[in-house]
Amino acid sequence: MNNDIIMLGHGSGGKLSHQLLDDLIIPQLSQTPVAGQNDAALFSVNGARLAFTTDSYVVDPIFFPGGNIGDLAINGTVNDLAMMGARPLYLSVGFILEEGFEKSDLCRILASMRQAADAAGVAIVTGDTKVVPRGKGDRIFINTSGIGAVEHDLRIDGAAGRVGDKVIVNGCIGDHGIAVLSAREGLEIDSGIKSDCAALNGLVAALLPLSQGLHVLRDPTRGGVATTLKEIAVQSQVTIKLQEASLPVNPGVKGVCSILGLDPLYVANEGKLLALVAPELAGEALSIMRRHPLGRDAAIIGEVTETSAGRVLMETLVGGVRGVEMLAGEQLPRIC
Amino acid sequence: MNYLDSFRDKKLVQGLARRIAELTKGRSKPLVFMEVCGTHTMAIYQYGLRSLLPPEVRLISGPGCPVCVTPNGYLDRAIALSRLPDLIIATFGDMLRVPGSSSSLMEERAMGADVRIVYSPLDAVQIAARNPGKRVVFLGVGFETTAPTIAGSILAAKVQRLKNYFVLASHKTMPEPMAILSADPELSVDGYICPAHVSAIIGANAYRFLCEEYRVPCVVTGFEPTDVMQGVEMLVRQALEGVSQVEIQYSRVVRWEGNAKAQSVLAEVFTPYDADWRGIGILPGSGLKIAEAYRAFDAELAIPVAVEELREHQGCQCGEILKGKITPFDCPLFGTVCTPESPVGACMVSSEGTCAAAFKYGI
Repeated sequence: MNNDIIMLGHGSGGKLSHQLLDDLIIPQLSQTPVAGQNDAALFSVNGARLAFTTDSYVVDPIFFPGGNIGDLAINGTVNDLAMMGARPLYLSVGFILEEGFEKSDLCRILASMRQAADAAGVAIVTGDTKVVPRGKGDRIFINTSGIGAVEHDLRIDGAAGRVGDKVIVNGCIGDHGIAVLSAREGLEIDSGIKSDCAALNGLVAALLPLSQGLHVLRDPTRGGVATTLKEIAVQSQVTIKLQEASLPVNPGVKGVCSILGLDPLYVANEGKLLALVAPELAGEALSIMRRHPLGRDAAIIGEVTETSAGRVLMETLVGGVRGVEMLAGEQLPRIC
Repeated sequence: MNYLDSFRDKKLVQGLARRIAELTKGRSKPLVFMEVCGTHTMAIYQYGLRSLLPPEVRLISGPGCPVCVTPNGYLDRAIALSRLPDLIIATFGDMLRVPGSSSSLMEERAMGADVRIVYSPLDAVQIAARNPGKRVVFLGVGFETTAPTIAGSILAAKVQRLKNYFVLASHKTMPEPMAILSADPELSVDGYICPAHVSAIIGANAYRFLCEEYRVPCVVTGFEPTDVMQGVEMLVRQALEGVSQVEIQYSRVVRWEGNAKAQSVLAEVFTPYDADWRGIGILPGSGLKIAEAYRAFDAELAIPVAVEELREHQGCQCGEILKGKITPFDCPLFGTVCTPESPVGACMVSSEGTCAAAFKYGI
């Protein structure tokens, strides 16, 4: 492969993205290898523990069933803070607009950003706007950064998974990726699937009383549940075994995936979290989730079975066993 | 329970697995069955079916991934075309990452080539209609399942009087390589899991000569896990009874005579030729090229371009894997030098490639 240029797959969230970070970006800019990284950075200022994160949004199309690039940009960053167990407080917003972009579209996007920020209880406190000539951008790109307060002493970390932990997801997987894909020009499938785009900080706040039993929280965005679980398995040096029959998947998502040869395990989510919880508290975690509007279809989908170099296995619907690898290359580009 | 779920029924699959185990118990030499279709390869890995079968039954993968059997020279020509000005390459997504002699379409796209993924060849015809100032070349790769839709796109372009739509055709047809593999003394295949949707087009009668000339059982099998397990069970029964005949497990779709309409479209637009199969070589009458009457749509004839000198990848064992002689895990490059991100051979790239399946789902 040509190693001198950036390929689309470098932005997939899968293996190529990890390589780009490990080989090029992190050695120059940071000391922590990607395997030690979480969704947000944690640090203390005068005794206050803070979480800080940033994310850029380039989804195509910018409007899709169940959301648009605006609420996605708010919820995505809120969720990265929430996955550290932080209470999201303040966001920044940066717009890169292409010359010729319709103001009415910008207004719709701004209105959903306002709404999403209110719903998540965060304040947008600073921002920036740039315009690039026609053809030098693609209508609108948004960057958001966020700061949250960590008000507990728990170690919620991708490396904190332990043998026996149950893996819980708060609902059906793959909705976001399939909603965006269905809206793509040239495909336009009427799947009836809406993006699950939502702020998860409320659900996380409800889970924090599980205290020491809450080991890992991650939102399986790009690369899907498979890639996120593989990351957790590697970080925690354990084997995670999934039960395919327990995976909640919308029938519409299943249908589109089988038509297009996609695997829901690799399709992006924007309102889902994976929690690794100590076995004795798994039942309680499940009922907390199911009582919450964003967790009605929550399910235990697997467990940590042993220590290892980091493997994910799955017992298939028909009782066979197979491996689950990270997303390689790009399954669907520009889904967030 | 919906339509698909009933074909993924755990009890049925495990019941079939038990029956296969009972039938083959105590055999000293395992029965070896080959699936020749990439979709079967994927299904077998994806559902972990090997882990359900007894050691007395071995499943091996054959040359049924269309991307994998496409020779380097074809990719080199597609890459050379993509570098021409005012030319759009339209392709199914699988072809993007397949390495040619020194580049891939994905790399060419990253460097500025106009390469577009389409889900149907008719989308490529539309791109041609919308871009009258540009030439659109569709990469016509696939077996008898995709070939009729590509023939249909040529007919549509003709009706629309488009002068800027072309197909770079490298279609392969199915029964021929199975005859070569059956005659190979190094391989002893005890039965074929015959392709599902290819057979819907060509009909199950197409395999009769294999049973008659090579005494090898053939079962046309569907893609769902209950289908595959039942297909294997039917092959086991034939092998144990010493018979070799064509049976249709996938009777909800496949007929003995196939799809006459699709066959006539193929006969209208394409003509058989001696195609080059990666790893296997040139097989007489095993491919479809564009017929004389439609030569204006043939990218190879209509758009002359200098193609770089062919360079095969050192150490790549795709050929042996496509013939079922080794498994991906036997290839020294598998998982080390050759991975889905930087594939050396086509078997690692295509979503139906044996190595891609083994890498993604293997344990």
